[in-house]
Amino acid sequence: MDIISLTALELREKVKNKEISAREVVSAHLDRIKEKESKINAFITVTEEEALRAADRVDEKIRSGEELGLLAGIPVAIKDNISTKGVRTTCASKMLENYIPPFEATVIEKIKKEDGIIIGKTNMDEFALGSSTETSYFGATRNPNDTERVPGGSSGGSAAAVAAKEAPLALGTDTGGSIRQPAAFCGVVGIKPTYGLVSRYGVVPMANSLDQVGPFGRNVKDAALLLQAVAGHDERDSTSMELDIPDYINSLTDNIKGMKAAIPKEYLELEIDSNIKDSFLNTVNILKDLGVEIEEISLPNIKHGLPDYYIISTSELSTNMSRYDGLRYGYRAKNYNDIDDLFIKSRTEAFGKEVKRRIMLGTYSLSKGQADEYYKKALKVRTLIKNDFDKAFQKYDIILGPTTPNLPFKVGEITDPVTMYKSDLFTVAVNLAGICALSMPCGAANGLPIGLQIIGDRFKEINILKAAYALEKSLGGVM
Amino acid sequence: MAYKTLIGLEIHVELSTKTKMFCSCANEFGKDANTQCCPVCLGLPGALPVVNKSALEYAIRAGLAFNCNIATHSMMDRKNYFYPDLVKGFQITQADVPLCSGGYIEVDSKNGPKKVGLIRIHIEEDTGKSIHTEKGDSLLDYNRSGVPLIEIVTKPDMNSKEEAQDFLEKLKSTLQYIEVSDCKMEEGSLRCDVNLNVIDEERGLKSNITEIKNLNSFSAVGKAIEYEVKRHIALLEEGKNTTRETRRWNEVENKTVVMRTKEVAADYRYNTEPDIAPIVIEESWIEEIRNNLPELPHHKKMRFIKEYGIPEYDAGVLTQSKDLSLFFEETVKFAKDPKQVSNWIMGEVLYRLNEEGIEIKDLKFSSKDLADLLKLINEGKISNNIGKKVLKDMFETGKKPDDIVKEKGLIQISDEGELKDIVNKVLDENQKSVTDYKNGKDKALGFIVGQVMKATKGKANPQLVNKLVLEALKER
Repeated sequence: MDIISLTALELREKVKNKEISAREVVSAHLDRIKEKESKINAFITVTEEEALRAADRVDEKIRSGEELGLLAGIPVAIKDNISTKGVRTTCASKMLENYIPPFEATVIEKIKKEDGIIIGKTNMDEFALGSSTETSYFGATRNPNDTERVPGGSSGGSAAAVAAKEAPLALGTDTGGSIRQPAAFCGVVGIKPTYGLVSRYGVVPMANSLDQVGPFGRNVKDAALLLQAVAGHDERDSTSMELDIPDYINSLTDNIKGMKAAIPKEYLELEIDSNIKDSFLNTVNILKDLGVEIEEISLPNIKHGLPDYYIISTSELSTNMSRYDGLRYGYRAKNYNDIDDLFIKSRTEAFGKEVKRRIMLGTYSLSKGQADEYYKKALKVRTLIKNDFDKAFQKYDIILGPTTPNLPFKVGEITDPVTMYKSDLFTVAVNLAGICALSMPCGAANGLPIGLQIIGDRFKEINILKAAYALEKSLGGVM
Repeated sequence: MAYKTLIGLEIHVELSTKTKMFCSCANEFGKDANTQCCPVCLGLPGALPVVNKSALEYAIRAGLAFNCNIATHSMMDRKNYFYPDLVKGFQITQADVPLCSGGYIEVDSKNGPKKVGLIRIHIEEDTGKSIHTEKGDSLLDYNRSGVPLIEIVTKPDMNSKEEAQDFLEKLKSTLQYIEVSDCKMEEGSLRCDVNLNVIDEERGLKSNITEIKNLNSFSAVGKAIEYEVKRHIALLEEGKNTTRETRRWNEVENKTVVMRTKEVAADYRYNTEPDIAPIVIEESWIEEIRNNLPELPHHKKMRFIKEYGIPEYDAGVLTQSKDLSLFFEETVKFAKDPKQVSNWIMGEVLYRLNEEGIEIKDLKFSSKDLADLLKLINEGKISNNIGKKVLKDMFETGKKPDDIVKEKGLIQISDEGELKDIVNKVLDENQKSVTDYKNGKDKALGFIVGQVMKATKGKANPQLVNKLVLEALKER
C-alpha cells in the first residue's frame, strides 16, 4: 500500500478499520522524511520517538475499542513557531535554537486530543518574517516541485512537507499570506481562517492583530478536517470568538450553483505574471460553468494594503521581539560589560538581518513624532480596507483572485526586500480585514503550481470551503 | 518672599486580588522567589494575557470611592522599555484612555477641608523585582511580575507636606476600607512618587518640577518635600533654577540626590496591546459596584460623632483604619460609655499596638474582653491603673480579664476595717511624715497614701484609702 499517497481522511478510515496501524502510518512518513529531507529541508526537528509513541497509543485505543478522535493516526507537521511542550520551538532563529517551551499551544492540545500525531516541527522564515523560507537560521527549504526554487513563506516548511508527502497535514501561521502563498507555490491547499476562529495561545506572535493559525492539506477536505480539529473558542486567548463551529466536512458538496462571487478589478490591474492571469481567468470560467454568478467589483482601498500591512505588522512585531533579551531563555551573548551590553549583544548576535530590519521599521513607526503619521494612520487605513470588504460581502459570498503575483522564484533570486514584500500583494488585505481565505491549486505553468485565492466573510469558512471543494472536483481532484 | 509650593503625587497601589492581572498565578507577597510564575507572567513566547475581572472590579471600586468617572470603553496598551525585571520588554498599562478619570480626595488644610483633584486612575501590571547582592550579583524574582496595580495621578493641588501626608492617609484608609489593597508601604503594595515645584506669583518666578522617588514611608514623603522645597527656594533666591529631573530620597542622609535628568524625554512607543480585546464595562456593573461600596471613612467619622457623641478628634482617629473602627463599634456594643471606650482604644490599645508593631487583627483578645475589663473598672472591682496592667496581660496572654484579676488576686480592697489596720500600720512606721503633715507639708499626704497602696500591692480602692488616711491623721 502506498501509505504516503493516501489522503488524511483515507488514512483515518484505514487506521480505524485496522487495515493499517497508526505505527505503520507514522513509520511510512518517517521513512519518507528520511528520504526527502536532504533535498527539501522542510523540518527543523523531526519528533520520531514521540510520534511513534503517540501512534502506539492510538493503536492501543483501537485495540481496546475506545472512541477515536477526528485525526486518529494522522501525522501532522507543525510550523516551528507553535509551542510544543518539551519539544524545542525555534521560530527558525538562532535566538530560540535551544528553547524548549514548558507549555503546549492550544492547537497542539486539540490535535493530540483528536488523536492526531505530531511528526515534527517545520522550517519557516525566521520569526515568520519572509515570503520564501530563506531567512531560516536552519537553511532554506526547497520547493518539492522544483528544488531550485523556494516553497514560499513564511510557512514554507509546512507547505513543502505536505507537497512532498512527508506529512498529509500541517499547521502554519498566516499574518499577511504566510499560509496561502506557500500553498500556492507548493501546489497544496492552505487556509487562513477568520481572525478569532483558532486560538493563538502558544503561537509565537509575529503581528498579534493579524496572526492566525491554519491548516495545509493536499486537498480541500483534508485541510477542512484539520481546521475542524483546531477551530474554537479558547478562554486563554481573549481575541478568540465564542461561537458554534459548523461541521465543515459534511457541508461540502459539488453543487455551488447560485453562489455569488466578486472579482476586485484592482487585483487584475496589478503587476501579475501572465501565466497566473491566464490560469486565473480560466478558473473563473470553470466556476461560471458550475453556476457561480461572478461580477467585477471595486475595492478602492485595497491598493493601500501592502504599505498598511507593513506598518502595522512591523509595529506590533517590534514590541513582540523585545522579550528576547538573553536573560531568561534563548540565546545569551558570551561576553558583555553590563546589562545593556548583554541585551544589545545577545540581540545583535542572534537575530537575522530581516528580523533586525523589521524591528527597526516598527520601532520607527511607533516612535514619538512618527506614530501619528505611521502607526495611527495605518490603523485608520485598516478600517477603510475592512469597510471595503464588509460592503462587498453584503452582496457576495466569496471574492476571487490570484494568490500570488508571481510563480515560485529561485532560491537567492530576490534580494531586494521590497520586491520580496510584493509577494504578499494579494494576501495582506485579508489579514487586515480579519476575514478568511484559502489558496488552492488551479493550474500550472512550466511545471510550477498556480494558486487561486478564495476569500470569505468573517467566520464564513463554509463558503470558501464549498467553492473550493466544488472547483477541486471539477478540476479533477488532487492536483 | 511668599513662595507657594505645588505638589502632585503619583501613587502605585497593588490590588489585593487573589490572582495576578493576566494569569491565574497567586498574588501573594513573601513567597520563595520565582514560585508564583507561569508562562503568561514570565512573558514566554506565545503566552497570552487575559484580563482578571476582579482586578477591573477593584479598580472601579477605587474610582468610585474617589468620585471618578469610569470609562465604559477602554483598552490596554504596551509601554516599551528594556529592563531586567520586565519580562516582555513592555509593560501592559493604559495610555490614552484610563479606566477612571477625574475625581478628588478631600484633605484637611490650614484653611479647612479642601479637594485634591485626581487626573486619572489606570490599571497596569507590576514588574518583577531585582535584588542586588553584596557580591555585586543581580538576582531576579518574578513573583511580582503581573501583579495588578492601579496608578493614581493627582493634580498639583497640594501646597504643603501636611496636605500631601493627609492625602496619603486618606487615600490609604479608603483603599483599605473598600478592601482594594492592604497599602503596606514596607511591602511595596503602596508606592508614592512626588512631583514638586515652588512659585512666587508676585515676582513671576517658578522652579522647574522635580520628581522624587524611593519614598518608603509617609514620613519620608514629608521629609523629602521639606528638603526639596528648601532646595528649590534657595536656588531661586540665588537667581538660579532647579533642573527638570528625577531625584532619589536618601533616607540615611536625609536628602534627595539626582537619579536621572529629564532633558531627553523617554519614548515609550505606546501602542495598543493587540492580545487583549477592548475593555467594555456595562453601566449596570458600575452601578452594582457602586451600590456594594462599604461606608467610607469620612462618612463613618461623621456618623461616629453623631451616633456616639465622641469628639471629632476621636472619631478621626478611630475611623483611620477599618479594623479599628469595627473594634470600637463592637466594644461599644458591650460597654456603656463610648467616650471611655474611645479613650482606652486611643490610649492603651493603640499604644500597645504601636509598641509591639502589630495590627488590630492580630490582637489576642476580643472587643467583648475589652468591654468586660471596662466593666470591672466601672464596678469599682479594680482601679484604672490595675486595669492597665490587666490589659497588658490580655495583650500578652489573651486571657479573659476576669480570669486575670482572679488569678492574680487583683480585686480591689474596699473593706474599710481591713484598710484601716493597714493605714494605721503605715502611719506607725512613718512618724516623720505624720509630723510633716501636721506641720503643714501637704506633700506628706501623697507619700502616705502611696505607702498604703504599696502595702496593698495597688489593690486598695484609692478614693477609700485617701479618706481613711485623712481620718486617721486627724486622730493623731
